[in-house]
Amino acid sequence: MANGEGVSGPILAADGRPLKQSLARALRMQKLRALALIAPLLIFILVTFAAPIADMLFRSIENSIVPATLPLTVKALEDWDDASGKPPGEEAFAALRKDLLVAVDAKAHTKLGSRLNYEQTGIASLLRKTGRHVKRMKEDGDLAAQFAKVHKGWADPETWGTVKRFAGPYTSGYFLNAVDARLGSGGIEARPENERIYIFLFERTLFLSIVITVSCLLIAYPVAFLLATLPMRTSNMLMILVLLPFWTSLLVRTSAWKVLLQQQGVINDTLVFVGLVADDARLAMINNQTGTIIAMTHILLPFMILPLYSVMRTIPPSYMRAAKSLGATDWTAFWRVYFPQSVPGIGAGSILVFILSIGYYITPELVGGTSGTFISNRIAYHISSSLNWGLAAALGVILLIVVLVLYWLYDRIVGIDNVKLG
Amino acid sequence: MRLKTLLAAGAVVSAAMAGAAHAQDMTIVSWGGAYSASQMNAYHKPYMEMNEGVNIINDESAAEAVAKLRAMAEAGNTTWDVVDVVASDAIRLCDEGLAMEIDVDAVLAAAPDGSPASKDFGEFLVTPCFIPQIVYSTTFGYRTDLVGDTPPKNVCAVFDLENYPGKRSLEKRPINNMEWALMCDGVAMADIYDVLATEEGQAQAFAKLDTIKDEVVWWSAGADTPQLLADGEVVIGSTYNGRLFKLIEEDKQPVAMLWDGQVFDLDGWIVPANLSDERKKQALHYLNFATDTQRLADQAKYISYGPARASSAPMVGKHASLGIEMGPHMPNHPDNMSNTLLYNYEFWADYRDDIDAKFQTWLAK
Repeated sequence: MANGEGVSGPILAADGRPLKQSLARALRMQKLRALALIAPLLIFILVTFAAPIADMLFRSIENSIVPATLPLTVKALEDWDDASGKPPGEEAFAALRKDLLVAVDAKAHTKLGSRLNYEQTGIASLLRKTGRHVKRMKEDGDLAAQFAKVHKGWADPETWGTVKRFAGPYTSGYFLNAVDARLGSGGIEARPENERIYIFLFERTLFLSIVITVSCLLIAYPVAFLLATLPMRTSNMLMILVLLPFWTSLLVRTSAWKVLLQQQGVINDTLVFVGLVADDARLAMINNQTGTIIAMTHILLPFMILPLYSVMRTIPPSYMRAAKSLGATDWTAFWRVYFPQSVPGIGAGSILVFILSIGYYITPELVGGTSGTFISNRIAYHISSSLNWGLAAALGVILLIVVLVLYWLYDRIVGIDNVKLG
Repeated sequence: MRLKTLLAAGAVVSAAMAGAAHAQDMTIVSWGGAYSASQMNAYHKPYMEMNEGVNIINDESAAEAVAKLRAMAEAGNTTWDVVDVVASDAIRLCDEGLAMEIDVDAVLAAAPDGSPASKDFGEFLVTPCFIPQIVYSTTFGYRTDLVGDTPPKNVCAVFDLENYPGKRSLEKRPINNMEWALMCDGVAMADIYDVLATEEGQAQAFAKLDTIKDEVVWWSAGADTPQLLADGEVVIGSTYNGRLFKLIEEDKQPVAMLWDGQVFDLDGWIVPANLSDERKKQALHYLNFATDTQRLADQAKYISYGPARASSAPMVGKHASLGIEMGPHMPNHPDNMSNTLLYNYEFWADYRDDIDAKFQTWLAK
């Protein structure tokens, strides 16, 4: 029977299944096996890398605490006009009382206070204080007056405006704060001038990172050139000198720079001793931008030298000799023949150093003073000190976007194919 | 009296141990360095001797305690049992529901004269989640060899560039600095926080700080100012009084202490919320021991921070290794208290984010 159908039907494999099906099955098995082999890595990357980043991205807009803690109030405020200049009516106060009674039992009102205090100074103590008194309020009395008696903030329409503006489960508040703006009663507005800090810090981070990358390049290029052209035995010795600081603790190296650069430090003492600098005009080289640039250049130098070196090693020395035998001067031979071939190394080293330095934290913190700190220092402050994780997340997201945009620009201008690590 | 306390503690011990007789690890988080060592000597060691089977693990990550506790709570796995934090952080942990509320009189030992713990700690119980341990202060030290014949007598010397030229170090945050600026700009002690709550008051404080801005080295770690003073990098600088004690009495540097204008702050214990019943019981049992009158007085033998209980003050004795009388080195010794301020927790809980943003902008300008 099978034979009779086989003539017009699909081609069968040895086990009687159609060949196409059987082939697909074998391929699927192969794919699954391949997937199983990379599964540990994939899961590792998803769990330790992708998921935390996604979580961070989400935190920068997440705001469920307000609607979850004050569901009735949020509803009651729907009809209230934010710009009316008057606090809402009695039903909003009644809703607030009901919400707070629940919140106080769950101790959620102080948590809400910390959240809203990021948007309006004073709400933390307003809610803490109200939480202590809300149980004693009479349901049928004039609630607006009772609330205002506990804390005058409840008579201020600004307080209610803040609650209304941040009533949704998602908020743009953190991102606005991260670009020195805020959500006022009239919509998005710039923060007062004495609070604008983040854009300035982003600009400074970019500027300093560029300066650090350029100074790394200027120092690393001759070193890598020397390493690549010297005989193997000598260059290996020199390579250890490059790598030695790389293996030393970061904190030790940073602290060493403190000892060297401070006003009563080794360098200043020497300069005063030699007579180059007067004793009362010692150079300020640390706790400012200079300190950050010097220390970070030193710390990131190996990341520039290594890619440069590995690219330069692949440039045949005969090219330079050929150029010179054809009449080029030393400079022309270098500039027209050698340098263009080392560009992929420059690209790789610069991207590495720039991206590392843009997110650097510990060195600017220790030697940066006030003028040499980065945006990452503020992110760290909001993570560990002010606990404003939403704002920290928003700043982190912006930093991530800036890096991606720069990477894209680099790809457009230089071409990412031109980057070589060896 | 002491026997009575001991007996009472003994009773609690046997009650607790009946439930948990097996070996138990307890993770106590603190600041590390000399401070953790003082706690080890005054609290942990005697406690472990009295309670065989309890093993105290010292974790030194108090500086990140708030962020870590929040992360642990979010992950649903809190591994810490007792955490040492400053009072302002305790308030935030309490607000966020990350620390449990503790009924002080039910949990803690009474004073030797029988007065309840709540009375003994008094105004230092700034939040229901917090058991104060020590009073420390942020105050100024100056180089005796760099100030000429007229050593500074009050805190306003910091703003006096004419008589005390040179660099000064201040902490890189608005807290304390804003208060000192207003204090030295003619604002009465009692009005400082009312003034600081207004935009004009904040501008006034920044204007005062502006006068010395170019001469300030900003510090962020407690060890910075002692180092800067020892190196002669600064003439005068603020830091914690215990750090200055070490610099002056142990390291014998030419530095003197300025008690005037010191700002008191509290450091103490919290217990993370949502511990299992067994661990909670163990943690509270430890706290009952570690915060009794004698133990708090004992800690002052190893470090110059004042005990937070009123009843401990008369029991403060000599330093364990230096042999000097510790009483006069306590920030809350009557002789040192002529012009002081207690950290205003309520105010800074509200204004910290706002003023800090302005402070950072001011610094960057």
